[in-house]
Amino acid sequence: MTEKQPTASGFVLPDLEVPETRGFWEGTAKGELRVEKCGACGRRRMPPRPMCPACQSLKREWEVMSGRGTIWSFVVPHPPLLPTYAELAPYNAIIVSLDEDPSLRFVGNLVTSADGPINEIDPNTIQIGEPVRVVFHQLEDVHLPRWVRARS
Amino acid sequence: MTRGIRDRTAIVGMAQTKFGKGLEDSELSLACQAIAGAIADAGLRPSDVDGLASFTMEEMREVEVARNVGLGDITFFAQISYGGGAGCGVVGHAALAVAEGQCDVAVVWRARKRAARSSRVWMQTTRRLSDHYQWARPFGVIRPVDEIALLMRRYMHEYGATRDHLANVAIAFRKHANRNPHAQMYEKTLTREQYMNARWISEPLCLYDNCLETDGALAVVITSAERARDLPQVPVYIHAYAQGLPQQHQTMLNYYCDDPLTGPAWACARRLWANSDIRPHDINCAQIYDAFSPLIPLSLEGYGFCKRGEGAAYTDDGALEWPNGRLPTNTAGGGMSEAYVHGFNLVLEGVRQLRGTSTSQVEDAANCLVTSGEGVPTSALLLRR
Ligand SMILES: [Zn+2]
Repeated sequence: MTEKQPTASGFVLPDLEVPETRGFWEGTAKGELRVEKCGACGRRRMPPRPMCPACQSLKREWEVMSGRGTIWSFVVPHPPLLPTYAELAPYNAIIVSLDEDPSLRFVGNLVTSADGPINEIDPNTIQIGEPVRVVFHQLEDVHLPRWVRARS
Repeated sequence: MTRGIRDRTAIVGMAQTKFGKGLEDSELSLACQAIAGAIADAGLRPSDVDGLASFTMEEMREVEVARNVGLGDITFFAQISYGGGAGCGVVGHAALAVAEGQCDVAVVWRARKRAARSSRVWMQTTRRLSDHYQWARPFGVIRPVDEIALLMRRYMHEYGATRDHLANVAIAFRKHANRNPHAQMYEKTLTREQYMNARWISEPLCLYDNCLETDGALAVVITSAERARDLPQVPVYIHAYAQGLPQQHQTMLNYYCDDPLTGPAWACARRLWANSDIRPHDINCAQIYDAFSPLIPLSLEGYGFCKRGEGAAYTDDGALEWPNGRLPTNTAGGGMSEAYVHGFNLVLEGVRQLRGTSTSQVEDAANCLVTSGEGVPTSALLLRR
């Protein structure tokens, strides 16, 4: 079971001790965006999970991605939201397709810098197809992947 | 070759409590009232009931329901997961059990006290996530509406769909609710201007793209086609039923497959039509799950009423509106304007259309498609008289 106590920051964060996903979050702490890859057939998969759907192998590896991609979609949430998010709303949330394989996608936020707020960018300027690159922002003991415009 | 449960069972009874916010009765009391009402409507006695099927999200357990309503010895009971995707599947499981002789009279129900803010599932999000929600929730994609809005923005980008198309959906269903005295929005009209000026919930979706929050309960009774012919109500035959959980699917956060805009409806529809004598162009009316307006164009495509990318434009020219639209849809108001009870009210409206008792009755309706939630593992029913 996940713990029920609010975390200090008020943000919803991942449990870092789950066997299937621990390696991903260890990667972000080192500034790496990792994708899980089958140790037998080489097929990449997201989210990380125990078995390869192509060959049923349990062998898993982490492959470091370039961290480059394009915006596949985005939304701008407004309240009612959980309190910490309501305070920041309206903010953006985006989906990024990775350059290595556009079917590998990550949900994240478009920011001007790694530690910038998620409501800084005018949502009217966000465009599907925009190139972005990954940055990492520390919240408590978690390093969350976020995205900046590729030319910034 | 004849496949599936084709017309071997029928819905012979139905009932619902009133819909509203903050109803006084407990969820168990609401469930019992709907179930007892449906059994009486069928002309049967509670002791005739020997089968039960429900949602896994149903909090009223079979033992409580059976003891309260005075049901007989239950020899079949089953549940289906995935919230709004379950409703038609639950009816289908009960029908399968009746068709195969595992029980003779089955009751299917849904009771919900949803209107309290604290009952919103997303409000209960824990702060450390070990499941797949960890890939979305930390970034502020908190609610189901945020999840579907991400898909809709992409859909708009790919196919030129606009908010006007979504307004078509919201306005059509509201017009139907304005004719249905039991609908929560019976007395509240909705104009295009109101829609366009509504507050945002998750851009590009506004308040009117979302379903209602409802307290209420509904139930239906299913028995064999032979027995149905001796009962007082017009039998509404379950012509076909199907479920769909497509390859590499990840519920509403379905961003991790090759084509996120091809949802579970597509897989469900393939089985549904394969097991049916009826084709999409034969359908007289539809009750399509509408927790969010984008589910309508996505479902219209999935169930074969139009091609991929054409679902938004399909809603133009009043296509979903009774009486003159080409596919009168959600004729009691649906989840967006009648009541949101995990889509189970759509099943009852399908039955009313075939009994000839809808408040927006499609003339000579001989069949009705009913669907459950697109975006999660889903299900659908083809009803006929
Ligand atoms: Zn493999």
